[in-house]
Amino acid sequence: MSEETPVLGLERVRLSYKLRAGEIVVAPDLSFRIARGEALGLVGESGSGKSTVAFAIMRYLGPLGRIAGGRILFEGKDIAAMGEAELRSIRGRRIAMVYQDPMSSLNPVMTIGRQLMEVPMLHEGVGAEEARRRALAMLVEVNFADPPAIMARYPHQLSGGQQQRIVIAMALIGKPALLIMDEPTTGLDVTVEAAVLALVQELRRKYDTALLFISHNLGTVAQVCDRLVVIYGGEIVEEGRIGDVFRSPSHPYTRGLLDCLPRLGRSKHEMPLRPIPGRPASPLARPSGCGFAPRCAHSEPGRCTVSAISSVELPGGGGHFVRCVKAAELGPWRQERGAAAIHAEGKAAAVLVHTEDLAKRYGQSGGVFGRKGAPVRALNGIDLELERGETLAIVGESGCGKSTFARVLSGLEVASEGRAALDGEEIGARPVEARPAALKRKLQMVFQNPESTLNPSHAAGYSVARASRRLRGLAAAEAWQEAERLLSVVGLSPELARRKPSQLSGGQKQRVAIARALAGEPEAVIADEPVSSLDASVQAAIVNLLSEIQSARGLSLVFISHDLAVVRYLADHVAVMYLGKVVEFGTVDAVFAPPFHPYTEALLSAVPEPDPERHGARIILEGSLPSAIDVPQGCPFASRCHRKIGAICETMPPPTQRLAEGHRIVCHIPAAELRSAEAGEAQAMRP
Amino acid sequence: MGLDSTTETTAARAKPGRERREVARRLGARLALAGRLGESTTTVVGLSIVVFWVAMAVLAPVIAPYPPNATDVAAAGHPTPSAAHWLGTDHLGRDILSRLLWGARRVLTVAPIAVLSAAAVGTVLGLCAGYFRGVIDLVISRIADILLSFPVIILYMIVLAMFGSSALNIVLVIAVTKAPIIARIVRGLTLDLRNREYVAAAKMRGESALYIMFVEILPNARGPLIVDMCLRMGYTTITIGVLGFLGIGLPPPDPDWGGMVKDTYGMMSVWPHMSLIPCAAISSIVVGFNLLAIGLRETALRE
Repeated sequence: MSEETPVLGLERVRLSYKLRAGEIVVAPDLSFRIARGEALGLVGESGSGKSTVAFAIMRYLGPLGRIAGGRILFEGKDIAAMGEAELRSIRGRRIAMVYQDPMSSLNPVMTIGRQLMEVPMLHEGVGAEEARRRALAMLVEVNFADPPAIMARYPHQLSGGQQQRIVIAMALIGKPALLIMDEPTTGLDVTVEAAVLALVQELRRKYDTALLFISHNLGTVAQVCDRLVVIYGGEIVEEGRIGDVFRSPSHPYTRGLLDCLPRLGRSKHEMPLRPIPGRPASPLARPSGCGFAPRCAHSEPGRCTVSAISSVELPGGGGHFVRCVKAAELGPWRQERGAAAIHAEGKAAAVLVHTEDLAKRYGQSGGVFGRKGAPVRALNGIDLELERGETLAIVGESGCGKSTFARVLSGLEVASEGRAALDGEEIGARPVEARPAALKRKLQMVFQNPESTLNPSHAAGYSVARASRRLRGLAAAEAWQEAERLLSVVGLSPELARRKPSQLSGGQKQRVAIARALAGEPEAVIADEPVSSLDASVQAAIVNLLSEIQSARGLSLVFISHDLAVVRYLADHVAVMYLGKVVEFGTVDAVFAPPFHPYTEALLSAVPEPDPERHGARIILEGSLPSAIDVPQGCPFASRCHRKIGAICETMPPPTQRLAEGHRIVCHIPAAELRSAEAGEAQAMRP
Repeated sequence: MGLDSTTETTAARAKPGRERREVARRLGARLALAGRLGESTTTVVGLSIVVFWVAMAVLAPVIAPYPPNATDVAAAGHPTPSAAHWLGTDHLGRDILSRLLWGARRVLTVAPIAVLSAAAVGTVLGLCAGYFRGVIDLVISRIADILLSFPVIILYMIVLAMFGSSALNIVLVIAVTKAPIIARIVRGLTLDLRNREYVAAAKMRGESALYIMFVEILPNARGPLIVDMCLRMGYTTITIGVLGFLGIGLPPPDPDWGGMVKDTYGMMSVWPHMSLIPCAAISSIVVGFNLLAIGLRETALRE
């Protein structure tokens, strides 16, 4: 690092919130700096204080929060000491911020053009002509093909990825010295995320902007940042160059974060995920000594818990600091490789769920005059089998129909065409109300959103007990005992049965939901993105739980996800869906190795891997998912495909190529050709 | 709600010690809720006004200095406030304070019964419309629209003139005119809540529509519903006052605040206190209910 003034320097900053209960210290003593043009990643679980730091830098802490000590120096000037006028001149112009939800940063009643032009007009006082010129130029920079058309649109007319690109354009149009991004890609699909990250990477180099990149996802940080700060309970536990930290993570917490991350090369049989035990530290009860000690496997009562731990630089230089007294004793880090666990080879493959040409259209019955619009085709002929005791994962971008598929199987929606059978009984045309109790019992569901999966008005155990009563006919008292037993099966204390959902964490709620799905002793469980809104360490625990329960009970699992790393880890079979069709199906090993369907290939290359050495040859998909109202005649993926071979892709539906072991690829390109082309590129991707 | 009590009975049968702990915990939660209500000044002021009037109504037979309809001919000549009549008398020599207290008793019986009836009908209709949608929603919503498009005062006058103005008829007519408003609110809430995942989970375990509506959906709609009922109480007090003023309210000679204004507004230029005091009483109770509603909403939002 050079000796010039850093763009941002935090010196012993203390951040706190004033509540009725007293002062709550979010960050007791925080110091780091970002040099000109440098990208610093700030990583930690939710509640670790990441966002508070970002808001403190903008001095947006609200009426209750305050900077209780230390200095936040922006280009050498203390932000805490600035007046309102001076702050205004900095915010938005010298420091810009991009938040997680782009829609909340855009004004829904103003056109994109006006919002973009407003920034230079307001901050630099330039005229409308000049502002318009700059806005158009900026839109080209963020990869919009037709800037004048985009200028005239309103935010709701753009997709989530486009909105986020607009927000980035708004942030960069004032040429800020520092750009703060708070989980900028969390809500986006992986293909869109890859495009946004590539854009950020390119633009920050071009504009020489310093970047503070806040994320809970080590994968995205590895793609974008030069240096990394790991924060736990408001304290920096590790800091260093990104390569150093990923190669030799030295704090037990950093190692824990890496150990609980599913990776593309990792399946449940080889490398089990290891969640970090316990829950994130509460700022209300700060332990003396190391904040992470209560959850740390290496903690020693005498040494770790007595006095504050100071940060030491590791030998080898490069500014790699660790706040752990035992850092030198921990030994080199190696990703744990578990004993090759229960891999039930050659089991009797009996098909439990079977769908044939399953289709779902939502009729747009419009208007008083009975005029019917074109139907939305959510599912377009799905042929899948789920074998007993195995996990079938369904992956695809949002809008591909994977959730609709789950809802049709579970009977919350009814198929428009085709058949679906569960254990030989027809279920596709039967809503759940029309299914006999015995059939309902066989198939249960775990939902996506932990915040809405449990009824906030009832105790957590209530719906579990109720499910045992309804599905197995248990008496009330028995059902309640059964609910408590099931809660202990999913790793919760039975005491929690009486708590209201508002008193549980997201992970705990999702465990209760799993217990509820198990209450009827089902044969198959459909899990619709059960972990997508959870922290990485919690996600690992839930994924492990599902996998354990499945092997212990011989349960069949339909696991719906957009996270390919989780799918790689958990699944036996994988179906890749695009626009209501399965484009590739096969065993997990077959799908995750060439030959790929071009769409699978693009998805895989977009996954942000926590490996800073992996760079380059990413496939960035152009455009977005075509509308499900007018589904293309030929291959649905033709409009975005990087391997399109010609007009045939757009006019002819592609054939299904059947390869070894039931592996199917729906593509015009012969599998052998796909294999040779893709294997070459995969080599290039991983040097 | 009968169905809602299943958890409690289960708990009671399971373990007595646990039950006691559970009761203590619930009591604690209730007290905490009361404590949180106390944090909002708005709620405290609103609740105080309402509690004041309820206390006056309950205690009217004890604390009212005179029978409500007793006339003091001597005082009628000098009806202004005096030591004998703290708030003065009306033109017939009836003690205004006593009539005010007895009047509170009537208003605070009729208004809650009317609002609760409206809420019961409106909630059931709103739940059905929002949950089943389709034809049921269409029929319920259109009937509600028709009722709401009527000028209510004219409706009241026609109905009460035809069937006579008894307390029962007033309750009925208010319930019929207020139920559509509550039905609309509940319908809107239900349309949102029916798509929650816990409702899907209830369907997956085979719960009936009735169960889902009343046990899964309704408890989560109760916050906005209670707030609205508080507001509705205030408005209903006004309605009862207006009906009394129009002479189609609660039957005389028993005091009714609206009726008190009607009887005396002709003397406004000479003895304004006769009309202004009952007017102030109506206003204060409306303000009380409104403040309570605002406070409850704030507390609910903060959670």
